[in-house]
Amino acid sequence: MKEELFISGRDIPNIDPFLNIWHWQIPIYLYLGGLAAGILFFAGIFTILGKEKEMSTTVKWAPFLVPGALVIGLLMLFLDLKHQLFFWRLYTTVRFESPMSWGAWVLMFITPLSFIYAATYLKEAVPSWKWKYSILESAERIAIQYRRALAWVLIVLAVILGIYTGILLSAFNARPLWNNSILGPLFLVSGLSTGTAVIMWMTKDHRERKIMSRIDLVLIIIELFFITHMIMGMLAGSSVQIAAAELFLGGQFTVSFWVFVIILGLVFPAVLEILELAGYKIPVAIPALLILFGGLVFRFIMVEAGQITRYLY
Amino acid sequence: MKTRRDFIKISALGIGGVTLAGTSLKWAWGSGAGDPGPENVADLPSLSRYPTYCEVCFWKCAGWVYHDEEGKIRKVIGNDADPHCNGRLCPRGTGGVGMYHDPDRLKTPLIRIEEGGKQTFREASWEEALDLVAGKMKQIRDKYGPESMALFNHGSSGTYFGNLLKAYGSVNITAPSYAQCRGPREVGFELTFGSGLGSPEPTDIRDTRCLVLIGSHLGENMHNGQVQEMSDAIDRGATIITVDPRFSTAASKSKFWLPIKPSTDMALLLAWMNVLIYEGLYDKDYVQRHTLGFEQLKSHVEKMTPEWAYGITTIKPHIIRETARAMANAAPSVIVHPGRHVTWYGDDTQRSRAIAILNALLGSWGRRGGFYFKESLHIPDFPHPPFPKPAWTWKETLNGKYPLARLSVANAIVDASIPGEGKEHTIRGWIVSGTNLPMTMPQKDQLLKAMQALELLVVVDTMPMEITGFADVVLPECTYFERYDELRDSPGREPWLGLRMPAARPAYETKPAWWMAKQLGDRLGLSEYFNYNDYKEVIEWQLGQLGTSLEEMQKIGVKRFDRTEGSLYMDESLPVEFNTNSGKIELYSTELASLGFDPIPVYTPHPEPPQGFYRLIYGRAPMHTFSRTANNPNLVDLMKENSVWIHPSVAEIWGLKKDQYVWLKNQDGMVSYFPVKVRLTERIRWDSVYMVHGFGHRDKKLSLAYGRGANDSDLITNVMVDPLMGGTGMRGNFVTILTEDPGKEVKS
Amino acid sequence: MAIDTRKCVGCSDCVVACQTENDVPIGFCRDWVTESVHGSYPNVELEIRSERCNHCENAPCVRCCPTGASHIVEGGVVLVTGNKCIGCGACIQSCPYDARYSHPEGYVDKCTFCNHLVSRGGKPACVAVCPTKCMHFGDLDDPNSEVSNALKNRKFKVLAPEAGTNPQIYYLT
Repeated sequence: MKEELFISGRDIPNIDPFLNIWHWQIPIYLYLGGLAAGILFFAGIFTILGKEKEMSTTVKWAPFLVPGALVIGLLMLFLDLKHQLFFWRLYTTVRFESPMSWGAWVLMFITPLSFIYAATYLKEAVPSWKWKYSILESAERIAIQYRRALAWVLIVLAVILGIYTGILLSAFNARPLWNNSILGPLFLVSGLSTGTAVIMWMTKDHRERKIMSRIDLVLIIIELFFITHMIMGMLAGSSVQIAAAELFLGGQFTVSFWVFVIILGLVFPAVLEILELAGYKIPVAIPALLILFGGLVFRFIMVEAGQITRYLY
Repeated sequence: MKTRRDFIKISALGIGGVTLAGTSLKWAWGSGAGDPGPENVADLPSLSRYPTYCEVCFWKCAGWVYHDEEGKIRKVIGNDADPHCNGRLCPRGTGGVGMYHDPDRLKTPLIRIEEGGKQTFREASWEEALDLVAGKMKQIRDKYGPESMALFNHGSSGTYFGNLLKAYGSVNITAPSYAQCRGPREVGFELTFGSGLGSPEPTDIRDTRCLVLIGSHLGENMHNGQVQEMSDAIDRGATIITVDPRFSTAASKSKFWLPIKPSTDMALLLAWMNVLIYEGLYDKDYVQRHTLGFEQLKSHVEKMTPEWAYGITTIKPHIIRETARAMANAAPSVIVHPGRHVTWYGDDTQRSRAIAILNALLGSWGRRGGFYFKESLHIPDFPHPPFPKPAWTWKETLNGKYPLARLSVANAIVDASIPGEGKEHTIRGWIVSGTNLPMTMPQKDQLLKAMQALELLVVVDTMPMEITGFADVVLPECTYFERYDELRDSPGREPWLGLRMPAARPAYETKPAWWMAKQLGDRLGLSEYFNYNDYKEVIEWQLGQLGTSLEEMQKIGVKRFDRTEGSLYMDESLPVEFNTNSGKIELYSTELASLGFDPIPVYTPHPEPPQGFYRLIYGRAPMHTFSRTANNPNLVDLMKENSVWIHPSVAEIWGLKKDQYVWLKNQDGMVSYFPVKVRLTERIRWDSVYMVHGFGHRDKKLSLAYGRGANDSDLITNVMVDPLMGGTGMRGNFVTILTEDPGKEVKS
Repeated sequence: MAIDTRKCVGCSDCVVACQTENDVPIGFCRDWVTESVHGSYPNVELEIRSERCNHCENAPCVRCCPTGASHIVEGGVVLVTGNKCIGCGACIQSCPYDARYSHPEGYVDKCTFCNHLVSRGGKPACVAVCPTKCMHFGDLDDPNSEVSNALKNRKFKVLAPEAGTNPQIYYLT
């Protein structure tokens, strides 16, 4: 029998017996980040494709949720910090090797830009809106004029934001569950999928809904493929990675992962969407809600399980 | 009227306003709070570091105490010059600052009163408490004679209370560390070589080529100098042979580990003697010149071959031969270590004799790499009138038993405190200082009976240990950081003097033990024996007599003196005489023969655990000194509870999982008061379980120690007493495992 | 640093000395002692190691720190500047040895190789106190230093080399 233990009674809070230093704030932030990225991405794409009229929810109305989501996400990040008075230090330097630094800066840019983008449609949403200051009126005109450019910038930033939520985790080579290169694209696709789910739910236009539904279906299939790839990769990896994979294959996260994330969060909504496309009437709330819920649970599980996996002992 | 003593379990006494948050103490450097008064504490000079010697165990490593910017005690580092530690303190010494900062420390004198039908303590002034104690001592003197007071002691305070009792008229001074710990080996070695081993033992591990540990878990027991020297020996490629049923830390560093069946060590020792003698590997010259009784020994061990020993010990014969040859190969630079706690099965003096005989056959006594001749500094006694001669001593209470006990036997004093029919001498009062008797003494029922019968029980301690719950008066002592104490004169290769001076004023209302003893002495009319106002005067006088001064010692901390009593090792050119009856090393003990005991050790089988029971073996952890450190915040951080080591195959039988908590029940039905964590490990035999001693505290005032782990000494109810000197053999207890809480029925 | 596991007895003196030297709060530790048992009775092997931050050359904690609080100074010692640390915990996640912890005051803390002592010519508290003298500290680039000599004649290993961090604490086996 192999036995490993601490002679010196090490019992550091949140680190022993298992690392648990990131709590609920981080999964919520990752989720909202992915969601925001998803919505902004599609808003940008369909703006470039000139489809504002046909995909009005995508392009105009859904992005109104994004500033709120990003602000809440940033708040979550701030709450998670343990040395909060010094948070401004994040913005005194850019560290290219640190995904967290990227994230800080990307958020620094994307949040105001999302505000601006949403603001350009404010008059369409609320016709009686009048800006308080004339400078804002001129700013709005400029923004609307450069909406396409803005859309391009938003697409790029949205992709970075979506991938970064995954790379943030995968850059930690000390946590074998996270340390695979597919986590970045996986979280991006998951974010896009939750974005489409929100849009699907919000829109009243059947055609728009059908398009987003198809896109979502493809995204779900890609996501399932990535997850399979990730698990198979871990099973073919080193012993710590196999141990990490086993958390989902018989370990403590098996039920919650397979039931809530895979079946309820991905497979079942996909089936419902196929049925919808085949002609059956499915209330859109069901698949949308399930996807949103599944995405959130996925983030929670990944953050908690990842901290449990480790190299030693 | 006899005082009936309830164990006072109150957790919060509302001690006068000194509530604490974290480690802030009410006194401050330079402020008057907690200041005992100018006549008691010398003015403390402002130094960058203060010399002291550690009190956490008996090794007395010298060190330096450092303050932080606010003048509070921050850390203590070893004195580089001191050969006890070579500048490196052990973890308990380094963590000693925790003893000073411990918020659970005793703060004021306490007196037992009865309030509303319940017994409790109330805070008292020193005047009150000392008057009460002196008054009672006078009563005992008048009614029964001064001999009826006894002192139980461990640590520096023994000097002062010892002198007090001797001046008062009693020599019934005892330490559990004799009959409950090292006593048998003192007698065993004295019978053989004419001198005991003392503390620290004169083992020349630094230069040895073979170290045999039979009953020593060096590395888990942190005898600083010996652990350091063992490390040096490992570097030099010395062979280490460990005989232990458990795979101890020392075993993991050994070339040979002999996983012996518990209680059979004597057979192995005899078989080793057989190999050394019959293969001609013993030191013929040494044996011929210095020893007596070789022929008797030779014929005695003739039948005790390795094959014979194999059947008893389960150690393979070729291993026994190989290890014997390894020892002989290294001789005379070989040490068969005498161990420290040797009270195991009741034949322990004889087993220590066997170890001594083995050393003699190897020629290691008085040789480099074996045992050197230690010397300690002779510090002149501060002048006082001669002590009165007592009418009777502890020897009289033994009624002829334990003829070889040179120091008093603590369990005998306990027995003598229980009044009985026809008992001529009964002890009526105890002073207990620095030892936590309820966790130290086996056979707790005897101890409780004794304590209930006493007319006076005074406890002097720094912490609210379990013994304080039984006291009539509790006198709070300050820690070693806060006082002067007698100069250190521990034996070693060379005499090194050590100074202890305070690095802080006594906190709260605590006082040094010398002050308490003097105050009691004054009240008892014994002032001529305490002819000083401050112990500093005694130290200054003694240092002057030794040719140094307090100023010098404050700068250097320790000072080396030349040897005056002969050479470190045996000088083969001179005739050597040993302090035995015959003047030679007695392989055959004439004294034992004359008393009717076995002159050469024989093997006796000891009871084995019944089905479903496991032998309880116990030991130390390097970061604790039993009760003394059980509440120390720094050291509790390292190890807060003990665990019971169980072999995985045994765990499977009982369905135990890692880190599960179980209760232990022994062969007499005693159940452990608290549950203990299970450690599943391959390091323990399947017929035994192992626990570290010193946990399972029941006094709620020890906020960090209360309820952590289980107390092994509660389960030691079967005691096998050594007929030679009264040592209490404690390894004959067997436990079974209870996975459910038995409801705290059979607990005391 | 090179640590001789043949001599270490697991007394944990290094842990408590670090605590008193660096004011590490009770309940936290910058270094710790682990015991590793293999085999089955009576063929058992035991390795005892004193562990701490390995001051890796390819330190992931320095890489992932968003503010630069975690940095490497001359001599290869990895340090944390407390007033640059925001307490995000990324470095704690990135350490394969779980060497870092979140100090109650908010910043992230870990072993500093007692830089405040070493820069004045001293030794780290753990090395200075170890009763078995099993810890060797010094300049690995200097072939004559104590630590280089310790590595010359013995077999040694590092912890979790597959994590790719290039740790600078060597365990002599």
